[in-house]
Amino acid sequence: MKRIYAGANTVIAISAGIIVLLGYFIDQPVLVGFRSILLRWAVILAGVALLVGIWNLFSVHLQKIRERRPDSVNSVVLLFFVLITAIASITPDLQPFQGVLLNGIMIPVEVSLIAVLAVTLVYASVRLLRTRINLSSILFLVTALLIMLGTGPFPGIGQLPFISDWLRPFISQALALGGARGILIGVALGTLTTGLRILSGVDRPYGGAS
Amino acid sequence: MTFTGILGLGIIVLAAILMVVLAFIHRRSPFSFRNILAFSRIRRSASLVVEDGTRLHVSLGNGSVLTPAGASALAGLILVRKLGEITSISDRPPLATTGNGLVNLLSQDTLRGAHNSVAVEQFFDMNNARMPGTTPLSYAAGVMPSIRDENISANILIGNFGPEVGLLTEAADRQNAAVVAATDNLTAQAVLLVTSPDTLIGEELFAAGAYVQSSPTHSASLLVQDILRWLIIIALLAGAGLKMAGLL
Repeated sequence: MKRIYAGANTVIAISAGIIVLLGYFIDQPVLVGFRSILLRWAVILAGVALLVGIWNLFSVHLQKIRERRPDSVNSVVLLFFVLITAIASITPDLQPFQGVLLNGIMIPVEVSLIAVLAVTLVYASVRLLRTRINLSSILFLVTALLIMLGTGPFPGIGQLPFISDWLRPFISQALALGGARGILIGVALGTLTTGLRILSGVDRPYGGAS
Repeated sequence: MTFTGILGLGIIVLAAILMVVLAFIHRRSPFSFRNILAFSRIRRSASLVVEDGTRLHVSLGNGSVLTPAGASALAGLILVRKLGEITSISDRPPLATTGNGLVNLLSQDTLRGAHNSVAVEQFFDMNNARMPGTTPLSYAAGVMPSIRDENISANILIGNFGPEVGLLTEAADRQNAAVVAATDNLTAQAVLLVTSPDTLIGEELFAAGAYVQSSPTHSASLLVQDILRWLIIIALLAGAGLKMAGLL
């Protein structure tokens, strides 16, 4: 029975993948129609998966509260606000309250995390010089410093002409852009071969088999 | 069908044919690949986790499988399956986290498959695969306490991340836990280069299957990537040459 289940999953996944792929390249009304239906189903399934994920989040934190773990008070706060947000989303009269939750809590918290991230990166850069002194680390940090010097205006001086007019554009638009394109071509090729392995059923991240 | 369409389909068909042929050749005389330190670290970390009774954490990032960024999460799932098979026999089963609902479902299924293949008598806890947050920063904020509180000794970050990945590597560093990271996002790669000594760059992320599973098709797909890369290099150089000669 398990084999039939895994086999059926594979057949459905491969068929759907081939139809979507061909529908992207071949402009046949039947194929394009099928592709569009399958993509709409995928979007609906993604929405359902998000709900399952939120239930999973709920379940993980309920488990933490039940086991009375040291920081379970955080889980209580999280579950409380998940419920409040859900109620505010589905009750028409409470729609304005959603804006308060987003602009008053969510965005400030995320902005403060970005600030923490900025400090973390500065600290990590200094630590890099202590723990991994090699040519690539030095090159990386010197480049980052030059880009920052070329970007920010300085009090009393303004911008540094040579760095901001010539060096920064050369680094970011010639050297870095070329390297970035090379990496992106590599990533695109990796994506292509990963897709082909899934289309051929070699990799099966579904149905409990692989 | 446009010229771009024909070209795109042609590249896909060529890649598929090359993959089949090279997989067949690999079965007869296996290819050898250069040593990538990060993959050796992953294997070593998985073994250590089993020995010392700690936990392995695989983070699959925020990429949705409905977008091109999902390919990195799918590459990560191959690793989840393999590492799940190695570490499911330990006291502490591996933990997989993601910021995307679909990838969360797939990681639950992959972990369950790995668990059932080695430890059928033990109960599988679905909460071993989690979605701590739905936005990149809320995901990072949700994962950081897990790295701190769940006796995790090795973190493998493989998938689509933004610069917030720096928060995860910092959280792991504070616990003296090992980190091996790979992402398809350029900004996150720059952050990882500073924060993590074992960072996989660019397409090395997609080599996980060949290095960890070493099946003929995975090895063949690596060679296909190399062949296609050389074809693109030749096309770029030819294009530049023709442009310089005034023919294009």
